[in-house]
Formats: sequence, C-alpha cells, structure tokens
Amino acid sequence: MAADIASAQKRAPWILLSPSLTTIGLLLVIPMMFIVVYSFWLRTATGADQVGFYVDNWQEVLSDVFYRDILFQTLKIALYTTVICAFVGYIPAYFVANTKMRSKTLLLLMLMLPFWISYIIRTMSWINILGTSGALNGLLLWAGIIDSPLNMLYNQTTVVLGLVHYLLPFMILNVYVSLEGIDKNLTEAAESLGCNGFQAFREVTLPLSFPGLAAGSLLCFVLAAGTYITPLILGGPRDAMFANLVYEAIITQLNWPLGSALSLVLLAFLGGLVVIYTRYLGVDQIAKSFR
Amino acid sequence: MGERQNAVEMRNVVKRYGDFIAVKRMDLTVPDNSFVTFLGPSGCGKTTTLRMIAGLTDITEGDLVIRDKRVNELPIHKRNLGLVFQNYALFPHKTIFDNIAFGLKYRRVSKADIAQKVKNALDLVQLPNVGDRYPNQLSGGQQQRIALARAIVIQPDVLLLDEPLSALDANLREEMRVELKRIQRELGVATVFVTHDQSEALAMSDKLVVMNNGAIEQEGAPEDVYNNPVSAFVADFLGHSNIIAGALAGDGGEVTPVELHGGQTLLTTAHQVSRVNNQQQVRVVIRAEKIALSDQDNSNADTVAIPGKVKTVDYLGQMARYFVTAAGRDWQVINPIDHRPFGEGADIFMHIAARNCVLLPGHAD
Repeated sequence: MAADIASAQKRAPWILLSPSLTTIGLLLVIPMMFIVVYSFWLRTATGADQVGFYVDNWQEVLSDVFYRDILFQTLKIALYTTVICAFVGYIPAYFVANTKMRSKTLLLLMLMLPFWISYIIRTMSWINILGTSGALNGLLLWAGIIDSPLNMLYNQTTVVLGLVHYLLPFMILNVYVSLEGIDKNLTEAAESLGCNGFQAFREVTLPLSFPGLAAGSLLCFVLAAGTYITPLILGGPRDAMFANLVYEAIITQLNWPLGSALSLVLLAFLGGLVVIYTRYLGVDQIAKSFR
Repeated sequence: MGERQNAVEMRNVVKRYGDFIAVKRMDLTVPDNSFVTFLGPSGCGKTTTLRMIAGLTDITEGDLVIRDKRVNELPIHKRNLGLVFQNYALFPHKTIFDNIAFGLKYRRVSKADIAQKVKNALDLVQLPNVGDRYPNQLSGGQQQRIALARAIVIQPDVLLLDEPLSALDANLREEMRVELKRIQRELGVATVFVTHDQSEALAMSDKLVVMNNGAIEQEGAPEDVYNNPVSAFVADFLGHSNIIAGALAGDGGEVTPVELHGGQTLLTTAHQVSRVNNQQQVRVVIRAEKIALSDQDNSNADTVAIPGKVKTVDYLGQMARYFVTAAGRDWQVINPIDHRPFGEGADIFMHIAARNCVLLPGHAD
C-alpha cells in the first residue's frame, strides 16, 4: 500500500508535466534534432544533399575567421543595442510606474501599440526618415544647414537604431514591472532618513529595479543577436549579422546543411550566454520581474 | 533644560485636495518627551496629519513648527524625523545592519560610531545578533523592531509611527505595545502615533487626540477623554456607550434628575450639568460597563435601578456583554461575570449611578 502511494506520488509530477513536455518535445526538441542531423549532411556540387555523416560543414564554420568576425560583430551590435535600450528605456518605465495620471493603462497600451504594425514596416519607416530624400534630410536642406543630402542610412549605426526601435518596448515593460513592484514607502523611508530624491533613487529604486533591468537586457540581447531583418533593411553590405548568414545559406543558396551548422553555432552562443547570465544573476532574480 | 517646549506645533493647519478638505484647521501641540496618539476611523485625516508632519504631504494652509522652527517648506530629508510604517518598509536588499546604519551614513557619522550606534539600537530593541541577516529572514515582529531601531538610531526630533502594530497578530501586538512604550520612555523622544485601535491608543498615550472628518473631536489624557467624552462620536468610538436623548428635570443640585425621552428618570451630577451649561435638552451617555446588573433592586439616593429583561448574551470569558430591554429601549451592558452570567430572558435590575451619567448638549439629530 505505502509503496503504491509513494510510487504514485513520484509519478504525479510527470503526469502533470506531460502536456507541456509533449508540446516542447514536438515543437522544439524534435525539429532541433532535424537541424542537428541536417548539419552533418553534405551539399554536393550538383545541389543535392548527400545523406550521411560528414563534418565538412562544421569544419568550415569553426575554422573560417569570416564566420568568427561576423559572430563578434553580431554580439557587439547586440551589446550596443542592449545598453542603449537600458538607458533610454528606463526613463519611460520610471515615468509610467510613478505617474499619478489615471491613464496608466492607456500609457501601457501605447507602449504595445507598435506591435500592431509589422516589424518590417516599422523598420522600413526609417528609410523615409533617414534616406537621402527622407524627412530629416529634407528638414536640414530646408533649414539651410546642409547643401546636399547626407548619407545616413545603411551602416552599423542605423542597424543599432532600428534594433533599439524594435526592442525598446521589451525593455520598458520589464523595467516597468519591477519598478511597479517597489513599495513606495521604501523611498519615503529613505528620504525620512536623510536622502534627497536622487540619493533615494540610487539607494533604493535602482537596485530594486535591477531584476527587471537584467531580464529586459537578456531579452533585448538575445532578440538583437538573432535578428536578420534589421541588418537586411537598414544595414550596408558590411553590416551583416550572424542570422543573415543563416538566411543566406538556407533561403538564397538552399544549403540546408551549412545553414543548420551556422544556426546551431548561434544557438550555442546565445544559450551559453543565458546559462552564464542566470548562473550569476540567479534564475529567480529574472523570474521576479515577470511576477 | 529650561522650560518644557513643544516638539511639534500645528497652527491652523489645513489640507485640501481640490474641493475635498482632508484636514480642517488643526491646532495641536506635541509636548517634548510625550506620546501623542491620533485615533479615529479610516478617512478621518489622522494619517494625512502624520504625513504633513513628516513632510510627505504638502500643507495647504497654516504653520507647522518643529522645535521652534517653521518647517512647512522644509523637505522631508532635512527634517530629522524617525518614521515607522505599517508594513515596516525595510530595505529588502540591505542587511539589517545596513538598514539601521542608513540614516547615520547620510548624517556623515564615522564608521566606528555607526557600528557602535547600530549595536546600541539593536540592543535597545532586543535583537542583538541579527545584523548580518536580511529583512526577509526575520519575522514580522522582528522586522517591526528593526524598523523602529532604524528610526530612532538617528536621534530624531520626533518619532512618527503610522499604525506600526496593525500588521502584527494579536499577541505580538500587545507585546510590541509594551515594548514600544518602554523604548519611547527610555529615549524620551516625542512621539506621534496613528492608530484606529482604541485599546492601543488608551494604553500608550500621554495625550489622546480623537479625530473625525478631518477635525479634532477631543484631545486630552486618555482617562479624561474616555470618562468625559465631549461628543456622541467620541463616546461611541471609545468603548461601548448607550446614548439617550433627555431633558434636565432639576435645578443643578448635587444630584440632579434627568428625564429620558420615553419616561425613565436617571440621576446625574452637578459637574455634568455645568458641562452642558445648564441647557435643558441633553443627551445622556452611559458606558456599557458602568451599568451594574443585579437580580434585585439595590437603588439608593444616587443610584437608579431600572427593571429589565436580558435579550441576548455575548459570553466573553471573564466578562459578558448583555443586550437588555428596559424602559422601552435596548441597552448594552458589559459586566464581569459573577459565578455565571445571567441567562437570556432573565429578569434583572440595571443600576446606574449619578456619577456615571455623562451629559452632552442635546441636538436635533
């Protein structure tokens, strides 16, 4: 009897977990296995895939410095984007969390509004703003500040700009949630003990909003590092990011084996980053801001 | 030392939110070393008043003076006040030591002095060994002690306590009540305490301020306020009272009869008659515990006995609360239980002594 109950108790968590495990298995693990298998196939000169176990793709990807440089460039762009999002996003998050306006929900809704427009359209809108015949050049020409249109588009800066534009709401929402969870009495207590407003912010609000900042940063970094649309639309020929290589390999060259190996490299890097991140900041710290 | 001064003075202080008046023309002093309690129902303006003293809420009109200095425009961080919140408000990311040291750090106290003062404060609240822990590792009662230690370690001019005990469970609350009073006495710091709990207010205060609708209803020593309420609100809010309209039926002699509307006559004292300036129409306040029940008529020269019948009984342990029907109305009576309480439907006599009939001016309401 007792053994029956004990074994039933052991089984219970697995039974309860089974729907989500099945979903993850079917939609994530199995497709990923396919990618792993693909990466060991070989694309022949005729354009057909040779089934088997070849390490050629991996050899190419891991030894060619071209891929390494693009990977570093990708991580650099993602880092810039994340840092800018953190600084720029904190301010509106702080404002929404502390506003006495009744329309707090409306403000949050406005943050979500950009998601209703396709990410590609939003990215392309920068062409109309920064292009040679775009709004900004038009304004500068009209004001007489410049004589001929400036080339502002298609460089690393515009890629970062486009990514910040895309990812800012993620940062704002994460920081907002953690700011919203901070007891207002804490800042009042700090002020009663002798802090001015800025000191109270530095001593109390900033450290307590750190989990949100950390979660938002991770999200921004991973999304930025995995993007290929922004560099495709706003970047120059030299501003390709790692996901562009995957896109090139699979969509343009139809080289699935190489594309699979490349995407696994990116996955390993970003996955490793997440592991290190949660290891040093604690998973619960990040989970907190989603509560 | 010199003369006894006031730690806080409020002169004609008004707080308005748009058209809503949260605090109406408040005149109040908090004497040095004293424990002053604001007592009232929620929304009576007691917390707003505390927040104005703290500098967390602007004052619309009037003057706020702390230690002979007008501080209306002085921001909170320059006021040198100790503030304790209902939910403790300890900094969760700092150790207990750093929590308590916080105010000292901003007062540029040296590291060695900080260590000494924090240690003394922890000793004072009887938690000497928790300095390295974080707030969430302490119980609610311990956290409240730390919040108190953090507020007093800076030697504030005034200690402000915003319902500090209401988050604690009943036993702990009584323990902390004694503790808080001990610490306040030991330090001699002027203290303003906000509560809606009348037993806390009565037990702890040197001066009790009963508030209602943004105004002071009555202030004074707890005993005075309890025994001589100046309004029906105070009589009702503190303890259980029977409030009955009536008319004076005598000339204000040592023992004066009062005729209640509905026929019954009670007795009251000359002191009470003078309190209502010999007005004819009065309200009589009789505290529930000041009516003595007995199964026989023990009336005498200054005690009236009214025959009645017990309607319901609340058994409270050493006491019982009775609802009695007598003289055509319901009365609340709280009596110690002698052997066993009177049962429902028992025929009894209510005895009301003249000194227990408190008079209030009569109103139309």
